[in-house]
Amino acid sequence: MADYLEEIQGKTDEADPTVGDVQISNYTINFGPQHPAAHGVLRMVMELDGEIVERVDPHVGLLHRGTEKLIEHKTYLQALPYFDRLDYVSPMCMEHSYVLAIEKLLDLDVPLRAQYIRVLFAELTRILNHCLNLGSHVMDVGAMTPNIWLFEIREQAMAFYERASGARMHAAYFRPGGVHQDLPPKLLADMADWLDTFPTLYEDAMSLVVDNRIFKQRNVDIAVVSKEDAVKWGFSGPMLRGSGIPWDLRKSQPYDVYDRMEFDVPVGTSGDCYDRFMVRVEEVRQSARIMRQCINDMPEGPIASLDRKVVPPKRAEMKQSMEALIHHFKLYTEGFHVPAGEVYVATESPKGEFGVYLVSDGSNKPYRCKIRPTAFSHLQAMDFMCKGHMLADATVILGAIDVVFGECDR
Amino acid sequence: MASPAPVIASNGGVIDAVKAVLGDDLVYAQEAVDEITITVRREALAEAIIALRDTENLQYQQLMEIAGVDYPERPERFEVCYHLLSLTRNHRIRVKVVTDEETPVPSITHIWPVAGWLEREVFDMYGVLFDGNPDLRRILTDYGFKGHPQRKDFPLSGYVEMRYSEEHKRVIYEPVELAQDFRTFDFMSPWEGAEYILPGDEKAGEEEGAPTPVTAAEQSDEPDKPGGDA
Repeated sequence: MADYLEEIQGKTDEADPTVGDVQISNYTINFGPQHPAAHGVLRMVMELDGEIVERVDPHVGLLHRGTEKLIEHKTYLQALPYFDRLDYVSPMCMEHSYVLAIEKLLDLDVPLRAQYIRVLFAELTRILNHCLNLGSHVMDVGAMTPNIWLFEIREQAMAFYERASGARMHAAYFRPGGVHQDLPPKLLADMADWLDTFPTLYEDAMSLVVDNRIFKQRNVDIAVVSKEDAVKWGFSGPMLRGSGIPWDLRKSQPYDVYDRMEFDVPVGTSGDCYDRFMVRVEEVRQSARIMRQCINDMPEGPIASLDRKVVPPKRAEMKQSMEALIHHFKLYTEGFHVPAGEVYVATESPKGEFGVYLVSDGSNKPYRCKIRPTAFSHLQAMDFMCKGHMLADATVILGAIDVVFGECDR
Repeated sequence: MASPAPVIASNGGVIDAVKAVLGDDLVYAQEAVDEITITVRREALAEAIIALRDTENLQYQQLMEIAGVDYPERPERFEVCYHLLSLTRNHRIRVKVVTDEETPVPSITHIWPVAGWLEREVFDMYGVLFDGNPDLRRILTDYGFKGHPQRKDFPLSGYVEMRYSEEHKRVIYEPVELAQDFRTFDFMSPWEGAEYILPGDEKAGEEEGAPTPVTAAEQSDEPDKPGGDA
């Protein structure tokens, strides 16, 4: 019996003399590249101590398609559809930075109606984006229903996309100088009706989670980022606002007609995942508010610049005017030339600051088009944010980053 | 400005303030298209960036982007552009350094951790080296990729393509084979700076016109002209 007692106390064990002081080494796992919570093709090499994350090394670039290289070989207009394919969850916001950059280099005036339409659709895109992100964030922590309800809203919003541009996702609707087509007459009325109805479903979906005990347990105090750290890590958008910095490019550096819009910028207080989530929840409401103002104030007029050296003429005009025909031919073969120079234009995309650094050498193709993705900086901070958290928190942190790999990897 | 681009705080006085702070480290400063671009000496990049961040009337707290640009015809072919943003002053500035394939640029990861991946991307795309970056691996391209795809002399189609081989039961790499020839269109108008010979216009560059047939009289005067000095 004494032998047995010594054995269970770990003093002696003839079968395994090292029991009690076994070397425990950390455990390395691959999160992804195909993991439903990775929001795309992300591979994260994680070093775990039990269930505590010690180190995360995200490997991005699995969706790298060489967009920037391809753009250098296309004319300015041909390069535009590549932007839809960057962040395919918020296509029109990607186009927005690009067309603004071209217009800035050309010093091109854009008619007021076109600016209103752009802001209207940029905000619709924000609702689209946030509905996907909020839904998938909720699903990452285990709730199913809100996601499906929010997809319903997305589906309705994409119908508006289709009625305006002809495509549900890859719209190619914003063009240098304005937008491609005028809105169908009934579309604005239908959008106004939708803005009255969709909040009911949206608020229902949110009421299931925002005060939910389980949801809060999974999000509150997870990945707290201080103001200083958020600035150092190059955060932008809801990530920066979640940390309590009231910074929104729509307010501080207004483009198009955002300076005429009234809206509030929500900010977080503690900088955790719950704050980031709630910032997005409120942004949807503010976007709906901006859309209403756009619909009410939208003036009549042309939907694109009348500068025929940049914007092609309408089909009807081409039937009558030889000059219009020549312009059309020139613009769709050679394209327009952009004066030499360089600009960096950033807009507030739903995910944060989406910038385009455009270098022109005076020809009809961009010499260099550097795209500043939002997710790249945010994902880089994964290691910093995950350290010391549980493995299950990693999916929540990733969900709160709102990462889409089309944009991150380009 | 007519275009609806984002409006930032006025550029007035920024160049003077930068000149005062950077002194000899500033190579060139210009304001174009409402944006301020400064070029600094490569060796002094880190000090210049710290000065831009910490000086009272500059305060560029955030690094938003590092972009490489390739100009193969220049002796130092690469430009590395740092886009800084001031949250308090609502202003943007672009800081440039130039380098070539071999000379490293000082890393600024110790100033902003976000520079880590941004520098990795420039290294991956252009082959610019960063001195002091602790983790200078490739980031966007494939594991084991060779070359730097954003350089102007790198072909758009790349050099290798990959597919899953049923035979080898794994992904294999092969030289690129284009089913259709790579088509590169020159959209430049022939009247504005086209540098090639127009089809049917091959003789345009020749000095003289078609040789005039010589008469019998001329032939007798200079019998050895066509054959040179006999």
